[in-house]
Amino acid sequence: MTPTDIRNPDYFHKVVDCQWACPAHTPVPEYIRLIAAGRYSDAYMVNWHSNVFPGVLGRTCDRPCEPACRRGRVEEEPVAICRLKRVAADNKEDVLGRMPAIPSVGNGKRIACIGAGPASLTVARDLAPLGYEVHVYDEQSKGGGFIRSQIPRFRLPESVIDEEVGYITDRGGVVTHYDRRVDSLRGLLAEGYDAVFVGAGAPRGRDLDVPGRREAAANIHIGIDWLSSVSFGHIESIGRRVIVLGGGNTAMDCCRSARRLGGAEVTVVVRSGFEEMKASPWEKEDAMKEGIPIRNYLVPKQVLHEDGRLTGMVFEAVKAERDAKGRRQLVPSGEPDVVIEADDVLVAIGQENAFPWVETDLGIEFDRWGLPKLNEETLQSTLPQVFFGGDAAFGPKNIIWAVAHGHQAAVSIDLFCRGEDVAQRPPPDVAMSSQKMGIHEWSYDNGVSLDLRFKVPHAENEVALRDIKTEVELGYDRELAFKEAQRCLNCDVQTVFAANLCIECDACVDICPVDCITFTEDGEEMELRERLKMPALNLEQAIYVADGLKTGRVMAKDEDVCLHCGMCAERCPTGAWDMQKFLLESAKPKAERVHACAAR
Amino acid sequence: MSFLPKPKLHHPNLPTNALGYTRRDYEGAISTLCAGCGHDSISAAIIQACFELDIEPHRVAKMSGIGCSSKTPDYFLGASHGFNSVHGRMPSVLTGANLANRELLYLGVSGDGDSASIGFGQFAHSIRRGVNMTYIVENNGVYGLTKGQFSATSDKGSKAKKGTVNTDEAIDLIGIALQLGATYVARSFSGDKDQLVPLIKGAMRHDGPAFIDCISPCVAFNNHEGSTKSYDFVREHNEAMNRLDVITGRQPITADYAPGEVREVEQHDGSILRLRKLHAEYDPTDRVAAMHHLHERKAAGEIVTGLLFIDPDPQDLHANLKTVARPLNRLGDAVLVPGAAALEALNASLR
Repeated sequence: MTPTDIRNPDYFHKVVDCQWACPAHTPVPEYIRLIAAGRYSDAYMVNWHSNVFPGVLGRTCDRPCEPACRRGRVEEEPVAICRLKRVAADNKEDVLGRMPAIPSVGNGKRIACIGAGPASLTVARDLAPLGYEVHVYDEQSKGGGFIRSQIPRFRLPESVIDEEVGYITDRGGVVTHYDRRVDSLRGLLAEGYDAVFVGAGAPRGRDLDVPGRREAAANIHIGIDWLSSVSFGHIESIGRRVIVLGGGNTAMDCCRSARRLGGAEVTVVVRSGFEEMKASPWEKEDAMKEGIPIRNYLVPKQVLHEDGRLTGMVFEAVKAERDAKGRRQLVPSGEPDVVIEADDVLVAIGQENAFPWVETDLGIEFDRWGLPKLNEETLQSTLPQVFFGGDAAFGPKNIIWAVAHGHQAAVSIDLFCRGEDVAQRPPPDVAMSSQKMGIHEWSYDNGVSLDLRFKVPHAENEVALRDIKTEVELGYDRELAFKEAQRCLNCDVQTVFAANLCIECDACVDICPVDCITFTEDGEEMELRERLKMPALNLEQAIYVADGLKTGRVMAKDEDVCLHCGMCAERCPTGAWDMQKFLLESAKPKAERVHACAAR
Repeated sequence: MSFLPKPKLHHPNLPTNALGYTRRDYEGAISTLCAGCGHDSISAAIIQACFELDIEPHRVAKMSGIGCSSKTPDYFLGASHGFNSVHGRMPSVLTGANLANRELLYLGVSGDGDSASIGFGQFAHSIRRGVNMTYIVENNGVYGLTKGQFSATSDKGSKAKKGTVNTDEAIDLIGIALQLGATYVARSFSGDKDQLVPLIKGAMRHDGPAFIDCISPCVAFNNHEGSTKSYDFVREHNEAMNRLDVITGRQPITADYAPGEVREVEQHDGSILRLRKLHAEYDPTDRVAAMHHLHERKAAGEIVTGLLFIDPDPQDLHANLKTVARPLNRLGDAVLVPGAAALEALNASLR
């Protein structure tokens, strides 16, 4: 097969599974090593550059990195990447001085961001240090968007939001227009901004449509609106018996909030199976630990009410079946209907985008789902100076995607404002450096920990359920954090092979604890994968193939379960294997480039 | 060498054998030999062979003398019995252990210094006595521990790392083993596990003196231009007589061979040695022809490898001495110390 081109940054980037899976491409192993070394502020800054909200995300991220983590393929569970991020945020010192300075003289360009959520704030953070004057509009009185309005305080203390939003809005270059709802994009465009970024979220919660909905309206609440009212202190109690409809993370936040506001009997009801729920497994687990049952395969049929007061709901029992085409569908199971008594119902069955404030004749086209037509990479709309990001771009996702969109849009806006082609994306910054310090000494800790994943300590239910502002997760202390950090396999320290140095002595093959190296005759990839020392059956993981050996064979290394322990390089008599750290930072608008242009 | 132990984590799909062990369960401590040493590859081959043969680790006694090679039993079969004897004395210690308990599998590991110099006599006599063992010489043609002097197996005319030319004739251990009656004789190369692993398996299933001369390049002192035991030289001059598959339990021949290409030899314990011939004329059951061929090819500058001789029905030392079958440690005091009357009777019978 074609030998691997390791100069293509994507090749080694994919080997760093966590970083590749992170929408913002946070260099995870790099900051985990810094945490292990007790360099919390450095670890925080590595995060801050990539994902902007380490303290927030360390508590709330959807953590796409963890299912991707290589550790999960060689033992039971992935490294607790997300909660280690929180350790960096919790233990850092003052980091203000490390943040890029905001120039006192601007570059004369003005940008408007609609919504003060994570996408808009990321745009502001990336552009302000370059001299842009960024105006952020939000209908709420504080910044943060859904971070502040949707995530309950027991998961995310307000002080963390204030701090990390403040790093963006309070250092200059950013003008906030809070308590101001943008009702007309035309009006905003008329204010002469050089570019507009729409990061207004997906603000409309889907409603329930069953008999009795209207009559019992006083006790039926749309989940995201209710959570927002709770966050801003407008709602402080709920009925004793509560039904939460829906199986996503919003439903989990609703049920756990209800539990803290007087809901003694809170039940989550989902249409489909428990396994199919969209909520993250750990959020379901946390809810159940707080005494909240999750009942599945029940479809809402009717709301029961008496004298205008809600008394409960009727559900039809269903089961999942495959139709003739193999599609999964829910059909009545024939069991009797289920009645659940309740005083209040929270509806968390999805969110929708809505852009009533975008005039139809501005030139911004929408698709048939009501989403803006965008270039997926540049996030530019059909009106060139308007860009979208976060939930407003492709429908509801999560914070880390919003941040990733923010970076992408900031690059686009910077290119656009300088009159360059937004489609010409700058490459990521990539650095490779050998970790060799001696014959068998490396500048990373190559010992492989055998510890299983450490649980994050939680507050006891009696304490946690008493007050909605009591943070449930206590976070790792430094000692636990060190041990958990040691579980990281350092997948960014790459095995780099030089065929011209290899004498084919098999030392690396013999020592590799996971049998991932084979020297064999060349062949087509699928056939070659089959006859490696351990067949490389995980097709999502590359095999690293190098030719140029004296015997005419090839070296084929299955990246799948490599422990990055460096044993191959330690046992190599000729240095044909080297362990090199691959550090990639995804492209961001760069102040240096602006200055370079100005100098020209 | 490495400071860290080899990580315990292994490939999630690592297969297990009939005993439920993975190959990793047959490993020992991490090697302290130089990186790239051929000996480590031989250790890996022994591990693989024992795994594939479903050998219970506690049924193996691994014996060695002194030298780089003789350190290696620490690096495989960590759960087996072992004895690291004096220089060159492995064969007699192994012989004694074997006489005391014939139920264990004896694996002697030695080097060219240990077997061709200080222990040459020991080597010769253990072979000619027919001790049931697998005797592996990890042959690098150099004294590695003392920084690279020629050993007794260094070929005449080969060059040391500093350029000195060897003027002494080399001892060919294969030739000696054939001459002295070894009943399973093979040569292989540490850099060719596909060949080496089956040869070790066949030897361990052989009921007689099985000798394997395994060329094993010394990366530190004998892997240079002018050496005849370097990776490059051996790869260039390797002339394999046959390829071996060891079959325990009857399996049909699945691959397609031309007539005469495959020869099967049934060993005493029922295992089948399936030899795919690479040289049509070569007959591995003819000792004299094997010796002749070996000398002929050596003169032509080739290194002959493969299963060079096999006697499928060997007789070992225990049979020759008519010893008691039961291990000595399981004989009761009454049998071991039969008393004065029995001694008297024995003496009388010899008068």
